[in-house]
Amino acid sequence: MSTAAETVAGGLESRDLEAQVAPSRAPRTRLIFVALWAALIILTVCSLLFGRYNVPWQSWWQAFAEPDSAGLAGIVLLQVRLPRVLAALLIGGGLSVSGAAFQGLFRNPMASPDILGAYAGAGFGASVGILFGFGIVGIQVLGLAGGLAAMLAVWFVASAATRTGGDPTLTLILVGIIVREAGMALIRLAEYVADPHGKLASITFWLVGGLAAVTPHDLEFAAIPILLGTIPLLLLRWKLNVLSFGEDEAKALGVSPWGIRIVIIVCSAMISGAVVSIAGMIMWVGLVIPHLARMVVGANHKALLPASFLIGSCYLLLVDDCARGLFALEVPLGILTSLVGVPFFLYLVFRTRMERA
Amino acid sequence: MNISVDHVSSGYRGKAVIFDISLALESGEVLCLLGANGSGKTTLFKTILGLLRPMSGKVFVDGEDISRWSRQRLAKSIGYVPQAHTPPFAYCVRDVVLMARSVYSGPFASPGKRDIAIAEESLDRLSILRLANERYTELSGGERQLVLIARALAQQARLLVLDEPTSNLDFGNQMRVLRHVKELAQSGLGLLMTTHFPDFAFLCASKVALMKQGRILAMDRPKDTLTQASLEEAYGTPLRIVDAGLGIHVVVPRLN
Repeated sequence: MSTAAETVAGGLESRDLEAQVAPSRAPRTRLIFVALWAALIILTVCSLLFGRYNVPWQSWWQAFAEPDSAGLAGIVLLQVRLPRVLAALLIGGGLSVSGAAFQGLFRNPMASPDILGAYAGAGFGASVGILFGFGIVGIQVLGLAGGLAAMLAVWFVASAATRTGGDPTLTLILVGIIVREAGMALIRLAEYVADPHGKLASITFWLVGGLAAVTPHDLEFAAIPILLGTIPLLLLRWKLNVLSFGEDEAKALGVSPWGIRIVIIVCSAMISGAVVSIAGMIMWVGLVIPHLARMVVGANHKALLPASFLIGSCYLLLVDDCARGLFALEVPLGILTSLVGVPFFLYLVFRTRMERA
Repeated sequence: MNISVDHVSSGYRGKAVIFDISLALESGEVLCLLGANGSGKTTLFKTILGLLRPMSGKVFVDGEDISRWSRQRLAKSIGYVPQAHTPPFAYCVRDVVLMARSVYSGPFASPGKRDIAIAEESLDRLSILRLANERYTELSGGERQLVLIARALAQQARLLVLDEPTSNLDFGNQMRVLRHVKELAQSGLGLLMTTHFPDFAFLCASKVALMKQGRILAMDRPKDTLTQASLEEAYGTPLRIVDAGLGIHVVVPRLN
């Protein structure tokens, strides 16, 4: 008798519970994406409009329809501003997506390719390319190789160190710092042996990080690896959720982690190599933007990766506009992203402490 | 559906931790694994889940050797419920359960409407559908454990392996978890779980395996396996077993 009553009560309870469930957040997420796309389009148009040289509205149509006869307006729009805007968009998006993927891969919200030394590795590869006077493709391939080597070094050393015990977050970051310092030392070596009247200046200038020197030609060659790196990461984004629960759980959930890990590391190296070769070391974007994106759309990588791309694109467009227009003299973009990134990182460190306390 | 472990030895880096283990689990049964810390329970789990390759012996599911099965195929047969943990990211509960659906979709696919329905149904079965939009990391330990059981249900495996599902829970939550374990077995699932409390085996197990130093000391119905002698040997502490009536036995330890 009592069991029958309990069953009925249980049934009623579960139906009540169903009524209590708030609908899923999917519609809200969709709205956020509409807003992000709108922001990106508006920022892109504004960034094209913005600059010392005022392009009159009439010239716009002409510049895009008949670029040859558009004159100075056409050159400013198509040769100078458009490549720069597209580069900012792709680089901001690519760095942010690879940062978000890294955080999922290493199960560590403090991870990103720049913190873990991938840019330093890519930077060394690219400086060797500049040193030997290679073209953009050669510089990129060396950048990719350097980034890949740095990431594999971090991966193997950190997993070996974690196996012997210790806090995995701390170990990872320490190993990342060590690899980054090794990369930076090698970069300084490349600078030291560079010809002081020619290549030294170009290595130093390029390392600071910036988009001032991006040509349509550079963009063509960098866009391909950035997109080739970004698209697989976006496609694998759901599986990243599973991976972030750790190796054993991912396997028990039917997902083989190794294939995904390799794709993430190779794709991130490709993005880092391409970005570093055309724009130098643009730090902190890959760490900061995924956090912002997580605050906006939540932790699920399915929404997090595309949101990171869009927010990263907007962010870098905005920072690059500041770099161009804040002062009479252009401020290197890499310096601005670091000035924004460092306090944000500190904020993250303190927030994590607070949560643990 | 059934799992049978046939003379399995397994361990790490060439060093065996469990030796010559044989056991069987049928649908509708709860097999409780008891044993002191370091007695090899986790190693046995990992071997059954295909996370460790046995050094000798075989694991069969429905008579088929699983050593050649793909991860996906194994995940569709055996679900894993780890101890309630805190992942690094604050996923919402619905997403945590949905992760179990990955095995049914391709590498680039995300879960669809049907998967969401299955995930919500699994949450409802454990009476925690109301938590669907909560952040997993902000739940209590008991709730998180139930979410992980729901995730294994959404995986639609017929056999579940639960790693100390009652550890770190308060008394009420421990009983809630045990009640669900019993209900799931009644609904036709086979469950293999570890616990540190022999009492829990009396409460919900249909079979108990008592492990010591990588070997099975005894395996049978709880009443027959968990005797004063066998438990004293397994845990190395004096105790008594008291019949509490209603077919329930309790272990009463003695400290002096």
